[in-house]
Amino acid sequence: MNAAATPDVSNTSDVVAARYQPEGPTVIDCDVNKIFYGEFLAVRDSVVPFEKNKITAFIGPSGCGKSTVLRSLNRMNDLIPVFRFEGSVMYHGQDIYANSVDPVVVRRYIGMVFQQPNPFSMSIYDNVAFGLRLNKFKGDYDAKVQTALERAALWKEVKDKLKNSGLSLSGGQQQRLCIARAIATEPDVLLMDEPCSALDPIATRQVEDLMLELRQRFTVGLVTHNMQQATRVGDTTAFFSVDISKRGRTGYLVEMGPTAQVFEDPKQDLTKEYVRGEFS
Amino acid sequence: MSDVDITAARAVDEPGFVRPNLKRRMLEGRAVKNNVLTVLTWIIAILAAIPLVSVIFMLLMRGGTRLFGADFVEVLTALPPAGFEMGGGIGPAIVGTLAMVGIASVISVPFGIMAAIYLAILGPTSKLATTARFLAKVLTGFPSILAGVFVYAVLVANFGYSPWAGGVALAVLMLPTVVLAAEEAIAQVPQRMKDAAFGIGCTRTQVIWKVVLPTGLPGILTGVMLAIAGAAGESAPLLFTALFSSYYIESLSAVNNPTASLSILIYNFSGMPFENQIELAWTASLVLVLIVLVFNILARLFGQPKD
Repeated sequence: MNAAATPDVSNTSDVVAARYQPEGPTVIDCDVNKIFYGEFLAVRDSVVPFEKNKITAFIGPSGCGKSTVLRSLNRMNDLIPVFRFEGSVMYHGQDIYANSVDPVVVRRYIGMVFQQPNPFSMSIYDNVAFGLRLNKFKGDYDAKVQTALERAALWKEVKDKLKNSGLSLSGGQQQRLCIARAIATEPDVLLMDEPCSALDPIATRQVEDLMLELRQRFTVGLVTHNMQQATRVGDTTAFFSVDISKRGRTGYLVEMGPTAQVFEDPKQDLTKEYVRGEFS
Repeated sequence: MSDVDITAARAVDEPGFVRPNLKRRMLEGRAVKNNVLTVLTWIIAILAAIPLVSVIFMLLMRGGTRLFGADFVEVLTALPPAGFEMGGGIGPAIVGTLAMVGIASVISVPFGIMAAIYLAILGPTSKLATTARFLAKVLTGFPSILAGVFVYAVLVANFGYSPWAGGVALAVLMLPTVVLAAEEAIAQVPQRMKDAAFGIGCTRTQVIWKVVLPTGLPGILTGVMLAIAGAAGESAPLLFTALFSSYYIESLSAVNNPTASLSILIYNFSGMPFENQIELAWTASLVLVLIVLVFNILARLFGQPKD
């Protein structure tokens, strides 16, 4: 094989971010070596630790692989047939990509909130109780549903219409319903993939306040397009960028650190340009 | 073309400004063309409705006298009359039609929905799915009499006429409709709902049972109802499979158990030289149309999104 004749997209660039040394205990240690979609190298060399009870925010331009990395953390990407993951995701010391691990079980511990609010077409109550029923929870459903809706800051608005369809709510309410559904089963980690991008500013504010509340109980991973959102809620920030130097579009981690440091005193020039808004 | 000067609107302050004329002018070329075409579509729509309305009118006039008359209970329950006999009814035919449509549904609905799940979710692009989908589309245009011949060769030649043979023949005709409608309904369940279910820790089976099927249910039911409505009116596939009988079916036995049906009763009685039988054929036609109508209305009701 002639390496020069067939350009190798897996070597688009050599920049590897300095390893971020977390201050506290971590819940997930994500060490991406390479993520492929078929032949296409989507993400390379990204080490992201998630600290317990903190919000780790992912920022970066479109196509930089931040959502891909986040969705790899509970094996949602397994649903894409051509997806291939090289590396390890250590969750409390177990690699969730080990052969013996059942991805369905992983997703019960590591919950997810998606970009588009996606309640099921069933009642508000059933939406929240869905995960409990799935786990064959025996006990007081009403109390659990109420707690989850209270924690999602939605209880006051829906307590008199729990029988109504989840789809009858407004966009912001639907997203908080999805958060309630995700936290009803008390997962350990909550992954949020641009949870506010389909919401108006008021609903965004409510969801952000909610994230800060949720941080007390859960460890949160947040992908956001909005840098201000990262500064408002992120404890640590990981900046991803995309390398288009050699035909491919491969995302990689540029810099990670405490949010204040990443935004006020970035170590990398690329980060500096991005947080100043010089490109996006 | 147009005598409206658009630039005039900008010249408000200038001398010689002419206010643009926005009035409707009926004799303008495009207005005339518009009106002519509108009237034409009305006329064609009415012409298209004439056969349908006249058939229903005729059915009501000739079949309605018996069905809505004083002896409607006898008409709906009594056995069909023999030649020269007066009175009588179409009871066995109604029961037979419902029984065979029921058998056909019991066979085609579970098969159809499971096939649709495979086509829409499990292997939408696999070779098997592409082939099955193509065959289902071909089968929707399958001549119904051939379904009867097929079942005759497989079942009737071995076990004799029976409601099961009739039901299987109808099931063959219903299956493609159910499969294609259910596949469509299942495929329309948004991906984000399936993502949500996977994200909360569902296995693939749980995603299908708890999210995809309940969400797609209205569409699936619409397809099932339309298939049932179509099957209820079939006569050709029943000629070779259920034959006919003047008596109520006593059992669902699949061996030598000829069964009456409305469509065959209509066929038999309409050719008889007796006024009474011909009148009953009209009544049976009306009953059949009403049954089909009920299933069509049910299909529309189920198809409506509930909130």
